Amino acid sequence: MIQGISIYHFLIVSTLMFFIGIAGFIIRQNLITILLAVELILNSVAINFLVFNRYLYPDRLQGHFFSLFIVGVAAAEASVAIALIINIYRRIHNIEADNVNEMKY
Amino acid sequence: MTLNVLMFYLLSGIILTFSVLTITSRRMLRAAVYLLFVLVATAGFYFLLNYQFLAAVQLTLYAGGIVVLIIFSILLTSHISHKFAKPAPWKLWMGVSVLAVGGALTLWTLLSHDFVKSAGVKTVPVDMHLIGNQLLGMGKNGYVLSFEIISILLLAAMIAAIVSVKKEKNKKSETL
Repeated sequence: MIQGISIYHFLIVSTLMFFIGIAGFIIRQNLITILLAVELILNSVAINFLVFNRYLYPDRLQGHFFSLFIVGVAAAEASVAIALIINIYRRIHNIEADNVNEMKY
Repeated sequence: MTLNVLMFYLLSGIILTFSVLTITSRRMLRAAVYLLFVLVATAGFYFLLNYQFLAAVQLTLYAGGIVVLIIFSILLTSHISHKFAKPAPWKLWMGVSVLAVGGALTLWTLLSHDFVKSAGVKTVPVDMHLIGNQLLGMGKNGYVLSFEIISILLLAAMIAAIVSVKKEKNKKSETL
């Protein structure tokens, strides 16, 4: 519990951050900037876990560990995604999402 | 207004401003640096919530590791002076309307819900001793299984990343 700040304040910030991430996922064309939007989404979810842990169940550490594992999963996801993006760049010299349709049909 | 509240508003202002800039900036390197600001301000949130260990993890792994990885890949795949074209209007409208409708719906649900703290629980101090014991504990409140699964996931991700960017030996490199 933090003096003067209610749980709603944190949740409003993380909700807005989540939907800004989703809007970026839709708006952006480039694969790396789509990855940046995914990082925003993951980060807002980690904030949510921690806030629920601190405000509603302060006797346990479940949210804390889930945020820790989210950071680990994000690291794995970013490394694999960047490897794939570099591989795509070698093949078609371009990483715009519209041009990556070779595997589609 | 106490210092806590002031700090909260400062950090949330930084987070919201720079998340919008991350998805609207037309230069890719700037977008990555704006994401770095968002991640550092999030670490500030964790300090505010009294989770110092997680804030340190956030700073070292996210702000130190992932952002550097992303900046490297930006420099490998595009020109530094490259500027994006403006997004198609229908895409822009779709993104903004998802932001407005989804955000309004979620916020309305959140604000009309009454969060009740379970009665009579004590706040445990989060120190390194407790975190280490629970992270590798097998009994009640133990997380050793997920810890091991994460380690296998990281190993698999490392192998997958190496295999997918490795150049093939016997083939003449017809691309690049």
